[in-house]
Amino acid sequence: MKTYENTGSKDTRSGFGAGMTELGRTNPNVVSLCADLIGSLKIQTFIDENPERFFQIGIAEANMMGIAAGLTIGGKIPFTGTFANFSTGRVYDQIRQSIAYSDKNVKICASHAGLTLGEDGATHQILEDIGLMKMLPGMTVINTCDYNQTKAATIALADHVGPVYLRFGRPVVANFTPEDQKFEIGKAVQLQEGNDVTIVATGHLVWEALEACKVLNEKGITADVINIHTIKPLDAEAIIKSVKKTGCVVTAEEHNFLGGLGESVARELSLTHPVPQEYVATADTFGESGTPAQLMEKYGLNADAIVKAVEKVVARK
Amino acid sequence: MADIEKLEAFVTQVRRDIVRQVHKVSSGHPGGSLGCAEFISVLYQELMERKEGFDMDGIGEDLFFLSNGHISPVFYSVLARSGYFPVEELNTFRLLNSRLQGHPTTHEGLPGVRIASGSLGQGLSVAVGAAQAKKLNKDNHTIYTLMGDGELQEGQNWEAIMYASAKKVDNIIATVDLNGQQIDGSTDHVLNMGSVRAKFEAFGWIVLDIEQGNDVEAIVKGMNQAKDLSGNGKPVCVLLHTIMGNGVDFMMGTHAWHGKAPNDEQLASALAQNPETLGDY
Ligand SMILES: Cc1ncc(C[n+]2csc(CCOP(=O)(O)OP(=O)(O)O)c2C)c(N)n1
Ligand SMILES: [Mg+2]
Repeated sequence: MKTYENTGSKDTRSGFGAGMTELGRTNPNVVSLCADLIGSLKIQTFIDENPERFFQIGIAEANMMGIAAGLTIGGKIPFTGTFANFSTGRVYDQIRQSIAYSDKNVKICASHAGLTLGEDGATHQILEDIGLMKMLPGMTVINTCDYNQTKAATIALADHVGPVYLRFGRPVVANFTPEDQKFEIGKAVQLQEGNDVTIVATGHLVWEALEACKVLNEKGITADVINIHTIKPLDAEAIIKSVKKTGCVVTAEEHNFLGGLGESVARELSLTHPVPQEYVATADTFGESGTPAQLMEKYGLNADAIVKAVEKVVARK
Repeated sequence: MADIEKLEAFVTQVRRDIVRQVHKVSSGHPGGSLGCAEFISVLYQELMERKEGFDMDGIGEDLFFLSNGHISPVFYSVLARSGYFPVEELNTFRLLNSRLQGHPTTHEGLPGVRIASGSLGQGLSVAVGAAQAKKLNKDNHTIYTLMGDGELQEGQNWEAIMYASAKKVDNIIATVDLNGQQIDGSTDHVLNMGSVRAKFEAFGWIVLDIEQGNDVEAIVKGMNQAKDLSGNGKPVCVLLHTIMGNGVDFMMGTHAWHGKAPNDEQLASALAQNPETLGDY
């Protein structure tokens, strides 16, 4: 089993901010938009260094999506920034018509996704955004797992042509992927190799999957752990290859089991190689206020929950 | 006649409740809450005709909708101290398994709350709908609603504002917390809205300013005037000029305390400035 070192916990949104800083220095076409949440999105350095390429929209997310679409006409590469809920559900038809259907090169960058937003509660904790966004034809959907990966993904987005939804979070979490990684959209990253089960995780659940792996090892269960940062297009090949070896799969995500990564994986497997699957995800429910750790425990989204799901799925083989 | 001293004592206790709730969980929004403490207190303690207890339909009483849901600490304090739920429950603000969610919600069944808010810009539409339901029910009571000035940047508000006058919804009094601040700075800096009064008037509303939005007497007077102006075929807008963070000197007049909790020392200072009046929970 490989060991992964946490090189110092950080929030993924700061990875986004650092990526924007670098893009500000390297790509003159990159522009940044924000809806009264500069501090939360960590883009102050970009703004200081490129004031003319920053657009403060005010609290008007629908307008922000339309303006972003317009900025692409003339070759700009807009990165919008607000909370995940206000980046998706709030503005779904603006994204659908003006960005997705019109095939505009807008990067929708969404912080504070999922339960780990914490105390603000369910009004802000969207658990439906992956589903909403992956259903839009042509939309790429990415959910990064740590600071380094979020920074690398942000930078990679500028070279990708087409609309993208980039999802990250608020809390400080383990930073364990390489600092100098090359982020390849749509390419799964294999983190552990094992024989008994495939764990496919995204976002904050990737580190939890690695923690679960340690516990499982002690119980004599070895796992393939796959970091799926890109939910759409899904790297089905990598998943199927692993599942052919292990014969079962657990998917793990900070999202509703309806519409999330788990369903995408199930669809691919059902077409070519059906196997028992368990879902670590929220069970068609809204969230609530609490600390991130309390919420991840209550809603079954931590290493413990992954271990239990693995034991269950292995028994079903 | 309003008992001004009694209302002021009530407000002082509400301020204590606000800072204590936010301090305990190191999260939440004290600035806007403090700025609206007088207004929401006066609404529930003096202006609104309210029935005993709580039922969702609220037929035969005045109703209030909070659109800027982030100022939940002031809403919860006033609701508790107006008898909707035990004051001790303020201890559970933003904790796991609490009815006092970070932003107000009906999902946990907290008495006094009729709609979830938190995602900005949606409350006015709901209030307009509730006002129309009152008309259908021949229920001659008033709908009150509050929204932030930054919140006015959300386009849905202007859809509701246009609709309410076109449809002659004249049993609504919509108040804007005109504190001039939002998260990233002053409203003028973030997105200058020009004259809010002229905009509402252009959309066919009657507009009334309460210049001293943190003065209990001025609020009572202004809101009674607003009440007199309602029922005349047009919706009424109150521009409530407030000071964000009012009543706690180091929080006043800045956006810095929009969503930041005081530490132990800051709490002690805030409480010293607002001595206990009705008893802490
Ligand atoms: C739709 C939406 N966008 C963004 C936010 C984040 N947010 C919460 S409060 C706030 C500022 C609100 O300003 P204002 O209405 O003036 O309230 P004040 O800061 O004065 O209390 C923002 C941007 C939100 N809650 N909802
Ligand atoms: Mg304001």
